[in-house]
Amino acid sequence: MAHGAMKSGEKAKNFKKSLGKLIAYIGNYKFGLIAVMVFAIGSTVFNVVGPKILGNATTEIFNGIMSKLSGGSGINFDAIARIILLLLVLYVVSAVFQFIQGFLMTGISQKMCFKLRKELIEKINRMPMNYFDTRTYGEVLSRITNDVDTLGQSLNQSVTQLITSVTTIIGITYMMFTISPLLTVITFVILPLSVFMMSFIVKKSQRFFRDQQAYLGKVNGQVEEIYAGHNIVQAFNREEEVIAEFKATNKKLYESAWKSQYLSGLMQPIMGFVGNLGYVAVAIVGGILAAKGTITVGNIQSFIANVKQFTQPIGQMAQVSNMLQSAVAAAERVFEFLDEEEEEQKAENHAPIKACELEGNVEFEHVRFGYNPDKIILKDFSADIKSGQKIAIVGPTGAGKTTIIKLLMRFYDVNDGSIKIDGHNIKDFDRSELREVFGMVLQDTWLFKGTIMENIRYGRLDATDEEVIAAAKAAHAHHFIMTLPGGYDMELNEEASNISQGQKQLITIARAILADNRIMILDEATSSVDTRTEERIQKAMDNLTKGRTSFVIAHRLSTIRDADLILVLKDGDVIEQGNHEELLRKGGFYAELYNSQFEQTA
Amino acid sequence: MMYPLNNISFTAKPGETTAFIGSTGSGKSTLVNLIPRFFDVTEGSITLDGVDIREVEKEELRKNIGYVPQKAVLFSGTIASNIAYGCENASEDTIEEAAEISQSKEFIMAKPNKYQSSIAQGGANVSGGQKQRLSIARAIARHPKIYVFDDSFSALDFKTDAVLRKELSKVTGNSTVLIVAQRISTILHADKIVVLDEGKIAGIGTHKELMKNNEVYRQIASSQLSQADIEATLA
Ligand SMILES: Nc1ncnc2c1ncn2[C@@H]1O[C@H](COP(=O)(O)OP(=O)(O)OP(=O)(O)O)[C@@H](O)[C@H]1O
Ligand SMILES: Nc1ncnc2c1ncn2[C@@H]1O[C@H](COP(=O)(O)OP(=O)(O)OP(=O)(O)O)[C@@H](O)[C@H]1O
Ligand SMILES: [Mg+2]
Ligand SMILES: [Mg+2]
Repeated sequence: MAHGAMKSGEKAKNFKKSLGKLIAYIGNYKFGLIAVMVFAIGSTVFNVVGPKILGNATTEIFNGIMSKLSGGSGINFDAIARIILLLLVLYVVSAVFQFIQGFLMTGISQKMCFKLRKELIEKINRMPMNYFDTRTYGEVLSRITNDVDTLGQSLNQSVTQLITSVTTIIGITYMMFTISPLLTVITFVILPLSVFMMSFIVKKSQRFFRDQQAYLGKVNGQVEEIYAGHNIVQAFNREEEVIAEFKATNKKLYESAWKSQYLSGLMQPIMGFVGNLGYVAVAIVGGILAAKGTITVGNIQSFIANVKQFTQPIGQMAQVSNMLQSAVAAAERVFEFLDEEEEEQKAENHAPIKACELEGNVEFEHVRFGYNPDKIILKDFSADIKSGQKIAIVGPTGAGKTTIIKLLMRFYDVNDGSIKIDGHNIKDFDRSELREVFGMVLQDTWLFKGTIMENIRYGRLDATDEEVIAAAKAAHAHHFIMTLPGGYDMELNEEASNISQGQKQLITIARAILADNRIMILDEATSSVDTRTEERIQKAMDNLTKGRTSFVIAHRLSTIRDADLILVLKDGDVIEQGNHEELLRKGGFYAELYNSQFEQTA
Repeated sequence: MMYPLNNISFTAKPGETTAFIGSTGSGKSTLVNLIPRFFDVTEGSITLDGVDIREVEKEELRKNIGYVPQKAVLFSGTIASNIAYGCENASEDTIEEAAEISQSKEFIMAKPNKYQSSIAQGGANVSGGQKQRLSIARAIARHPKIYVFDDSFSALDFKTDAVLRKELSKVTGNSTVLIVAQRISTILHADKIVVLDEGKIAGIGTHKELMKNNEVYRQIASSQLSQADIEATLA
């Protein structure tokens, strides 16, 4: 239990910290917010003075009746009409102000959401790859969707209400003071009581608000992962377990949501009760004062109306605190992600030339690297590649081939040694400009929901339809695309599972051909393409890669037979190098690898 | 209406390996995906021991199938939880055996946490070939009657591919093995090779038979192997 207590203390600190960050962030919209405040205050002030003026009317009527009874002039209807007209104008102006204020606030909160989403997306691109090794994408994406949504919605309502409530309370206090200081003090007794109750509930329930957002993220992550692998779930009869797992998380979400909503829902009735206590006290004391004649009846009416108006914003603040708590819980997750350490994007000492001017001589010098410091993958990798060469990297699975590519593109950084292009360390280029130098087709095809045309054009966004089709022809994708329903306009689904695996690879190859970069990287780019089609693509590729450096990784040795240089990698070290014939003649590891394909296995 | 598959008839027998080869988009995956009933046939039927699979409960049917998809899918969790995915109460021995046969043991043991090493969503923190081997191990751990390998040796080097199939043949014993492959070397010794072309069967036979009388198959072979290599396979 001690552990739990400590945790909740931690949470309270987080609450203040996150609230502070949230306020700082909203500070970006100072001017808009000031305008909102001005209109909110204006609208409230007019609302607040209303009862006082209405009270004047009552007093007028009361005096009129009294004077009529004592044979006087009776009720002054002109005066009453003037008062009512004034009241009408006040209420109309107040309504207009409220309208403007709502309009501005919605704009601000939506702009803020827009900006936050944009920052989050950009942040994802700057995150080091290993961030996603320990959590699901769905969970992270939930921060962009659910958390930002919650934040925007609750903020929109709570900020206005908060301003209105505070202004109302101040305004009304003033009005009450002008009527009767004594009664005001009595009303005030309820204030500390309310504040105490409120902070008690906030403290208890904030934890559940946080849990609620966190489990929402988990549910999201689970759904996304199961959706992506639903074939496997079915094939391995895991439906029930998956549903059970989902139910468990969903139940936790339900429980935390229930608790947070229930606890914060208590606020309203408690505040109502406290408010009514004050109301009763004022009614009793007010009655006595009126009987004594120290206060007019109209003033009592105004005052009682004021007390009502006084407890209302307190109740409202109770409601707001519910929303504010969700907002803070969501903000905490959003800012937590934004504050994660990221890869630095710009080079400290930029190389004297731009990355797009590079020719493509790639040099690996004693590169040492491990994903974890206690497990080194590449021990001492060196290679010298001349611009225009076709380099093949082969080796048993897990040898570190893909790792070399990841280092070259700076998805990870070397622990030791260096990688240079044309003699410039790749660290001396900005990440994004460096990556633009490479055209790549990676082991895991990546296509998005959209038409085939859009998917290929992703390689170069300003390409014309004709250029896209020419690239598809070079990748030998044109033929199959034309047989699909809709041709180039066929819509790929989210997993791109409505075309075959090899067809997916052909599309990503077309994309790379269209992009036309200085250095080409093909990591098992044709592993699922049949060898006859591959032969034809290879010809197109050879034309394309003529004069540019290309890296080809393939287990199918027929793919790399004609490479200028084959690097044979084993356990992170280059153990042989040369071209196909040389290596076969040498009779070493490569020859063994090559010949093992004919081994009798059955 | 264009069907991705037309007029397909063949029998795969227990204890035998039936292989499928054919160009990209020829319908290989579609064909093997009919077996665990991800889709059902439009016309005709698939029978298992004489019973139409549409009459069998999906769960019952799938229990007997060890399915390895073309695109290896792993779930976030540990190596052990992924291998044991298809059999909730798999013993440690079962898991280790599956790892050993699938040639995963070596790289698993090299990881600091062995079988408890964590796997990121989609298997992003293991190499392409390791991902594929784990997804093979997952199928082996079930000890199924029918194995379906959909181009699932493509990310393995020739050597690992050969050793894996050799080890596998020791445990598949009386099971029916279906292998989709692009490499001739992977299916060289299959009992029956089905050549698919644009959704139709272009030929059925052993490697030697097909080399003799099937033009499509010959083209595929010569795109991968030199003339000398081909002679060697026929010897
Ligand atoms: N994100 C990661 N975190 C930790 N280890 C990793 C990560 N990615 C890869 N590894 C490990 O690094 C080693 C090399 O992986 P790499 O992907 O470079 O192999 P590869 O040569 O491309 O193999 P394959 O032919 O199977 O694709 C493997 O042992 C793998 O498990
Ligand atoms: N879910 C789907 N909806 C519609 N068409 C599909 C779907 N899946 C595959 N196809 C189409 O059916 C045809 C056969 O696809 P299939 O995946 O069976 O090919 P494959 O032989 O396995 O090819 P590969 O070697 O590239 O994996 C292809 O033309 C493909 O575009
Ligand atoms: Mg790889
Ligand atoms: Mg397929």
